[in-house]
Amino acid sequence: MNAVVAAVLQIVVLIAALALTVPLLGRYLAHIYTSEKHLRAEKVAYRVLRVDPDADQHWRSYALAVLGFSLVGLLFLYLLARTQQWLPLSLGFDPFPSDGAWNTAVSFVANTNWQWYSGEVAAGNLLQMAGLTVQNFVSAAVGMAVAAAFARGLARGRGQGDRQGRGRVGNFWADLVRGVVRVQLPISVVSALVLIASGTMQTLRSHQTISTLGGGEQTVTSAAAASQEVIKELGTNGGGIFNVNSAHPWENPTPFTNMLEIFLILIIPFAMAWAFGLIVRDRRQGGAILATMAVLLLGGTALLTWAELAGPGTAPQLAGGAMEGKETRFGEAASALFAAATTGTSTGAVNAMHDSLTAPGGGITLFMMMLGEVAPGGVGSGLYGMLMLAIVTVFLCGLMVGRTPEYLGKKIGRHEISLVAVYILVTPILVLVGAAVAVSFPAGPEGILNSGAHGFSEMLYAVTSAANNNGSAFGGLTSGTPFWNTLLGVLMLFGRFVPLVVVLALAGRFASTRPLPVGAGTLPTHRPLFVALLTGVTLVVVGLTYVPALALGPIVESLS
Amino acid sequence: MNDIYALLRHSWAGLRVLIAATLVLGLGYPLLVTGIAQVAFPWQANGSLVTADGSHTTDPSEAAGSALIGQVNDDSALFYPRPSAAGDGYDTLSSYGSNLGPEEPALIDAIKERKAEVAAREGVAAADVPADAVTASGSGLDPHISPDYASLQVARVAKANGLTEAKVRELVADSTEGRTWGVLGDAHVNVLLLNIAVKQAAH
Repeated sequence: MNAVVAAVLQIVVLIAALALTVPLLGRYLAHIYTSEKHLRAEKVAYRVLRVDPDADQHWRSYALAVLGFSLVGLLFLYLLARTQQWLPLSLGFDPFPSDGAWNTAVSFVANTNWQWYSGEVAAGNLLQMAGLTVQNFVSAAVGMAVAAAFARGLARGRGQGDRQGRGRVGNFWADLVRGVVRVQLPISVVSALVLIASGTMQTLRSHQTISTLGGGEQTVTSAAAASQEVIKELGTNGGGIFNVNSAHPWENPTPFTNMLEIFLILIIPFAMAWAFGLIVRDRRQGGAILATMAVLLLGGTALLTWAELAGPGTAPQLAGGAMEGKETRFGEAASALFAAATTGTSTGAVNAMHDSLTAPGGGITLFMMMLGEVAPGGVGSGLYGMLMLAIVTVFLCGLMVGRTPEYLGKKIGRHEISLVAVYILVTPILVLVGAAVAVSFPAGPEGILNSGAHGFSEMLYAVTSAANNNGSAFGGLTSGTPFWNTLLGVLMLFGRFVPLVVVLALAGRFASTRPLPVGAGTLPTHRPLFVALLTGVTLVVVGLTYVPALALGPIVESLS
Repeated sequence: MNDIYALLRHSWAGLRVLIAATLVLGLGYPLLVTGIAQVAFPWQANGSLVTADGSHTTDPSEAAGSALIGQVNDDSALFYPRPSAAGDGYDTLSSYGSNLGPEEPALIDAIKERKAEVAAREGVAAADVPADAVTASGSGLDPHISPDYASLQVARVAKANGLTEAKVRELVADSTEGRTWGVLGDAHVNVLLLNIAVKQAAH
């Protein structure tokens, strides 16, 4: 079969799988984030842990719970990384240096999972399981919880008999526990076993040396890979067990596991959009958000697939194909599809080295992240990110016709739009200031591998990935230095928690406001026209911020 | 002040939840999955190891490699894998792609060099050398080559082992997997399994 036809059909298989499952999972998510009933096991856990799962928290209290929980997670992970030499199952590895432990602790708590170290020679099994795997679950559940809180804030007062929320947005502990116990854990166990049956490693043995066919030596590195691989994708985390992440055959052994991993990356972010429609009691609203995410992702996928199959550039042309940094079993198309999914969401796992993508291909992965991780974005964070852009869209349209804008009947006044403006501006400021800092100090460019414009792209990619909580890299950059570890740690921390608090503040605000009745001047936010407007606003508002920076990197490289 | 007090109170609750999460998700979940895997899929779970005669094993001392991990080949009678950027080649302790960009002079030179080398080794024109033969994989551990690259090596391997080209082609076909379901990924030939088959046929 022709490679292009196969590439298209491969995308069709993915779309079909998502179309069948997203509505089901979406309905389930909407149920668990609105139900007042607890499972028996959950009740026991709440009692033992002495947390109140029924208090309807004010947004401030909800935000402080998120921050408190994340702070404790950060400190715990830092300690674990600093002391692994004394802990069991650590394969004899040294402790992380302080800057490295800071970077990793922030990275996994902020759902970024940027990695400066090579897992197979630096992170022991205990750190991987008790530290990193745990944050893979809970940092993702935090994102889902905040998105659910925002959806509930918008929904308050929209139903019959509903009272205004007075800033109340739900219960963080119940949201957190339900996201993990009822969604992530069951999907993870089943998917992990499917991966293992297909060849993914899952062992707690120590490293073993074998003698090869030609008489050489090779090490069978040991890892509980499958259990972490699954939640790494499902929670849009992305931190690999091994250095080369999902390109490693012991993580991602076949074209089938590759497709399963892409599916896992996309399922929750899309399902959250579907759940949103159900939570606000208007399915079409969720449909419009989901459609916008899908349009952006499909566009990115098409361009990336084209770039990698066509293989422009000196090296790919000379070699006869863009296979540098790609695995034979995946080829160009399945590598491009994975790259689009991992950067369209805030996952950051890779099955091919993004540094070796073609110039336009690498540029698109950067651009997908710069969109702010909304196509379809991280679990939860993609939904609230896209909703912020939806509010910008109704605001802009309101300005054009001279009416006070509203979204789902909630008035967008000065206070609301100010919060949205903060949300929209934080990440670009972090990226651009971060890039400026990186080029201004000698320690920044010291890490560069490639020469010329591509070297600048490596740094731009790193700060973009960190501030947007993606975690993938142009891996040529040597980032395991105090400078990069510190800088990227700061970007990841602020890139995660500032927007998150703003979203909760806005959720509280919406929960307190009475919805306006739909009038003749209300902009319908569920029609194809709105999908087109929202897509346009996303591309223009967010994309244009970065054009000058992109021009210095991938654009000039593409033109050379 | 109130906020700081509330943050501390929530952090304390957060610590209790985190400890529970660490027990359930950090130990219970991976141990459960490992336990099931070691009973139900021991071969895959322990690295898909194969012996020198191609049979499955979970014992590293019997193994001649993993069906999922490529190996350095120094034997001109066997099939060569792709170039590897992992350590000195196929080093599982330093999995790595070259990370060189499409315009990087070092990569362009390496491709030129490899092209000439493969063409000379197989006695073909440089233009006939496929892309995977001259590019390093993402993992540096790629166990596969393309059917094109395998087919390029058939004549040399057949001659060196006293086999007919038809026989070697048959062995290549046995080690080849097409796209999964006709559409996923790309066609690939497992080099280690193929080389084991060649050695057995040559006996």
